[in-house]
This record gives sequence, C-alpha cells and structure tokens, in this order.
Amino acid sequence: MTTVNNPATDMNDDPNEIALSVSHVAKSFRLPTEQASGLKQAFLNWTKGIKGYREQQVLRDISFNVRKGDFFGIVGRNGSGKSTLLKIISGIYIPEKGDVSISGTLVPFIELGVGFNPELTGRENVYLNGALLGFSREQVDAMYDDIVEFAELTDFMDQKLKNYSSGMQVRLAFSVAIKAQGDILVLDEVLAVGDEAFQKKCDNFFKQVKDDPSKTVILVTHSMGAVKKYCNKAILIKDGEIIVSGDPGNVADQYSLENAHDLNYFKTKSESEKAYRFPNGLNPLVPMLQVTPVSPKICDGLSPFVFDVEYEYTPQDKQGYLGLILQDARRGGQVYDIDTQSHYLGVPIESGHHKVRFSIPLDYFNNSEFRIFATVRTESDDPEHPEFVAFTNDDFCCYFAVRNDRNSENGILSDRVLKFEQIEQID
Amino acid sequence: MSALMQRLKDKYRYSIVVFKELVKTDFQLRYQGSFLGVLWSVLKPLMLFAVMYTVFVRFLRFSDGTPTFAISLLCGTCLWSFFSEATTMGMQSIVNRGDLLRKVHFPSYIIVAATTMGSMISLGINLIVVIVFGFFSHAHYTWHVLLVPLNILQLYVLALAISLLMGTLYVYFRDVSHIWDVVLQAMFYAIPVIYPLSMVAHYFPLVSKIMLLNPIAQTIMDVRHNLLSPEDIPTVWTWVGNPYLSLIPYVLSLLLLWLGVYVFRKNSSKFAEVL
Repeated sequence: MTTVNNPATDMNDDPNEIALSVSHVAKSFRLPTEQASGLKQAFLNWTKGIKGYREQQVLRDISFNVRKGDFFGIVGRNGSGKSTLLKIISGIYIPEKGDVSISGTLVPFIELGVGFNPELTGRENVYLNGALLGFSREQVDAMYDDIVEFAELTDFMDQKLKNYSSGMQVRLAFSVAIKAQGDILVLDEVLAVGDEAFQKKCDNFFKQVKDDPSKTVILVTHSMGAVKKYCNKAILIKDGEIIVSGDPGNVADQYSLENAHDLNYFKTKSESEKAYRFPNGLNPLVPMLQVTPVSPKICDGLSPFVFDVEYEYTPQDKQGYLGLILQDARRGGQVYDIDTQSHYLGVPIESGHHKVRFSIPLDYFNNSEFRIFATVRTESDDPEHPEFVAFTNDDFCCYFAVRNDRNSENGILSDRVLKFEQIEQID
Repeated sequence: MSALMQRLKDKYRYSIVVFKELVKTDFQLRYQGSFLGVLWSVLKPLMLFAVMYTVFVRFLRFSDGTPTFAISLLCGTCLWSFFSEATTMGMQSIVNRGDLLRKVHFPSYIIVAATTMGSMISLGINLIVVIVFGFFSHAHYTWHVLLVPLNILQLYVLALAISLLMGTLYVYFRDVSHIWDVVLQAMFYAIPVIYPLSMVAHYFPLVSKIMLLNPIAQTIMDVRHNLLSPEDIPTVWTWVGNPYLSLIPYVLSLLLLWLGVYVFRKNSSKFAEVL
C-alpha cells in the first residue's frame, strides 16, 4: 500500500543543481520525566542515579535532496517529526547523525513574525525581523517597499504594532516571509492567513513561485490542496521516516489514507466535481450506503448481532465489493478490517438499490462498544487492488454495545476465546 | 590585511547585523512608555547616590579624609549598578529570548552581548554625569583619564564572562537567579563602594589588600583612580605593592572570560531544545 522510494536515485534525472541536501539525519529528544527543572531535582536524580529523562526518537533516517527551483512539500501527521526536520534544516537544532548541506542562503519561517514586538512600529518590526533572518539594513531597504505593498499596509507602517489588528500583523509577517530575498525559503504551516482577497493574492504569488526556476521553497503543510497545487515534489513522513516520496499527488493521497486509517475516514480517490452534493464518503457511484441495526443496540452478547447494509450501486460494468469494518468505539482502532492486500475482496454486490442482512457472533467479546462501517470497492485495472469508491461516515455507521454480567470490562477479547497457555516452567 | 578584514567581516556580518538591531530595540524599549524616557538612565543612579550619600556620608560619617569621597561614591554606585544590572539581565537574556532561539538560527552569544551592551550604554550616560559632577567636587583630572576606557572594557569583559556563565546555568536551573541575587548582595558589601578602602585598611590592612584582588573591586577602584584623582584614590597596583600579586585580578578576569566562552559554546547548540 505504501511505496518506499529511494529519493536519491529517484531524483537523479533532474538537471538542476542541488540546493539542499539532507542525508541520513537522525534526531532524538530527551523528555524530562519530572516536572520541575531545578537544582533540587537535578541533585535528587543524581543521588538516586536516575536519568530524569527518557529518549524519544523523533527522526530516524531521513535523506532527500531539494534542487534549485523546486517547490518541495513535506507532509505528515501531527508529531511525525516534520517541524523537527525543518528546524534541523534551518540550523536551530543540531542533528545527532547525518548532515544537512545548503547552497545559497536559507530563510526559515518556522513561525511568522519572529521577534515582532508590539511596542515597535511596523517599519521597525520589519527591520528587526529582517535582521534576525540575516538581512542588513541596506538589504531590507531594498525589499521594504515590496513588503509593505504586498501587505497593503502603506498607511500603517509608522503605527505601533500593538495598534494593528491581528489580521494586519499576520499579513505583515507573511509579506516579510515571502518577499524575503533568500535562495531557499522554508515555510512551516503558514498558508492560511488574512482575508479571502489576501489569500487569493498569496495563491497567485505561490503559483508564480512554482514556475520561477530561481526560487526554491520548502513547505510544510496539512493542506493537501496546497501540496497538489504548488509542489512539484513532496515527501510523507511517518514516525520519523520518509514513507513516500516523489509525486505530490501520490504523497497527498497517501497522507489522506494515513489519516483515514486512524479516523476511519476514507477519502474517495476520484474527487468528482459533483461529490460535494453527497454526504461525506459517498458519491455518484454509490449515492447511498448505510448500516442499520436489527438486533437491539444494547445486547447481551449471547446471540449474534444482526444488522442490515443498505446500498445503492450505480456502475453497470464493474463488479463491486462490500467490505465491513468492526471498530472498537471505546478504545479506538479496528477490531476487524477488510484487508486491502488480500485476495478476498469482500462481499460481491449487484448494481441497483439493495438491502443485505448480516450477523456477527459476539461470544468473542467482553463488554464494549462497537461501530460497524461499510466500504465499497470496485474492480480496477489491477485486479488484485480494487479501487475505493465509498465508505459510510459517522452518521451512517451502526453503533452497538455488549452488556453482560458474565463479561469482564477489561480487554476486548473474552477469556472464553483467548487463553494464554503455559508451555513449561523454565526457572 | 584588508582581505583578512573582509573575510572576518563576512564571517561575522550576520552577527553584527543582529547585534546592532537587538541593541537598538532593547534600548528603544527600555524606557518605552515612561514620561522621562532616557533621562531615567541618569536619574536612577543619582537618586541611589542621594540615598547613600545621606545615609553613609551624612549620618554614619563614612569618609576617607579626602575631598573626593562624594564623587567617588557616585562613580562607584554607577559602576556597581552597571555590573549588577548587566549580569542579572545577561543571565536571564537567553531564557527571555527563548522564543527567538527556537525559531531562527543565530549565534546565541549575540543575545548576551547585546543585553550587556544595553547596560553599557546606560553606564556611558552615567559616566558623563560623573565627569560633569567631578568639576564641582574636587575631582582632579589627569592624563590617567585616557586609561579609563581600558578599565571599562575590563569591567565589560567581566560582566560578559559572568553573564555567559550564569546564562548557561540559568537555562538548565532557574534557581541560579535567586542564588545570584544573594551573591550580588554579598559582593556589594565585599567591595569598597559605600565605604572607603582606607577604613578597612585602618583596622585590617591584610583584608583590604585581599579585597582588592577581587577583579570587580579592582576595576571599580581602577576607574575611580584613573578618572577622578590618582593621588587620593588608591588601586591595586598602588596598594598591594607586590607587582605579581597585583596581576591576580587581571588574570582572573581573563580566566573568567575564557571559562564563560568555553562553557557557553559547549552548551549553546542545545539551548533551542532545552528552552
């Protein structure tokens, strides 16, 4: 499902020179286990021989190259290590292993408006911000008019920053970021600022930058729309490793899938124009997909749970398959999920509007709450990997709970079905 | 030679740009919103001096028997204010500017240098006041005045060294700031600012000599000696006698600077993570 490309070989055919090269970078953090940071705690830990922190590996082995003129996207879920990677690229953190080499000047925007001081005027803040990013007064002079014009704040530059509206502050900071004349621009989560008009302006600007071979941009974002629109290359980071790299469309899709697996939220790959008229997860191919309980929602678990799946399947020429997912609603996570890699494609379904009745045995489970989701996949060009077309969202799934005094509340599986067997006594 | 200068300039260009801008904004913001503004730089030590003069010279009758004691007290107050302010603010500067360090990469010693430099500007203004007052209080200006910038430089180096050292510690242990408060208080009484050195010498000649081997006492006495009146105000080389022993405070200053830079450099790459 996830493709691992070697970024080094993958991008070798690109004629442009390398602007940024990250090779085998690894980083771990020491997270203090005690709350207090003081001499007393340090001394106590020392006397007890406690380390006082635990190691957390944030980045494992990251390698990629960014070439001149690239618009490079870095995506990943929260906590995957994107920001740490960006800070290493910007020189704020020192990597434990590996190297980062940069040709040209790199202008980092981990956050907009670094060093902005509310007591200074807009003009003074631009110069201060510029200085922190490495620009001398003369260099800022050269960029100044551009920045002010882009921010549309010409009349306000001699006002103190504290008298700006928050939108104005962000606009100013953002304008400094994108008008800063560095060779490589590093942007962390800073796209959606300002009102609609300003966003449109930024959109235009980024489209220009994308086609400008002299500008290199590294962008971290959660907006897959932005990745698809602006980036020409992208990587997806998960648990400190690159799991997909290369084509931004592919990376964006994988990212959506990554999210779907945790949230039970599958995004249809064919984002048709009319999709918005259907509830989340449904589309013209499958306008309806609903799981409804037949048994009582609170059941004793002695008899199987019975439920109906009602669906409408429009394609006439392609065979569709219905997949069912059982989710643990209390603890999260899938108890059972149809395996997208296996040869078992699910229950074949026919075109038209139908209703099918299913049952699942509940003898396996302790007291818990469950949700049942349904998915529909169709045949595709690759017979072993059918294409996702639809899924039930939270509104159309079926919720039920098992409540019986004979059951425990602890694990999900009952000890009627899962027993640990002692093989022998070793010591 | 010029090529070497150019290379040094390129290497430190960024540091210089940031340094200038930080010093400028720090100074701009220091008296932001106050009615008298920069005037406070002058008023504060003068008011402190007025209190000390009333208590120690008028009530307690401290004097070294020379006419320069009053102006010497004012000068000492200014120098001590600089030292205590520079080290306190320098120590906290890294933590206070943590938001910057976490978001942009720049040499963090710039922050400490810029903060202490801010106190230096105040000291400069104060010393002008001292010199003007000197004309009315029997100060005897000689060619020794030319040595004052060197003494001030030494005081700055000392303050910077301690700021670097304490600043590094403060990143890891916030207790340091409370400890430093007490140490400053103790040090204030251990150097001859409010009382004349001759008073200590009268009872304990050896103690007064040891006191002068403290580099802070030595620099303060040096400035007073060179600036105000070389005849009336003693300092380490006129007092301790032994030329080798009188080198001690100077060597200590340099050692402290070396230690401060060493410790700071060793830890500074981790600041962004710890903060």
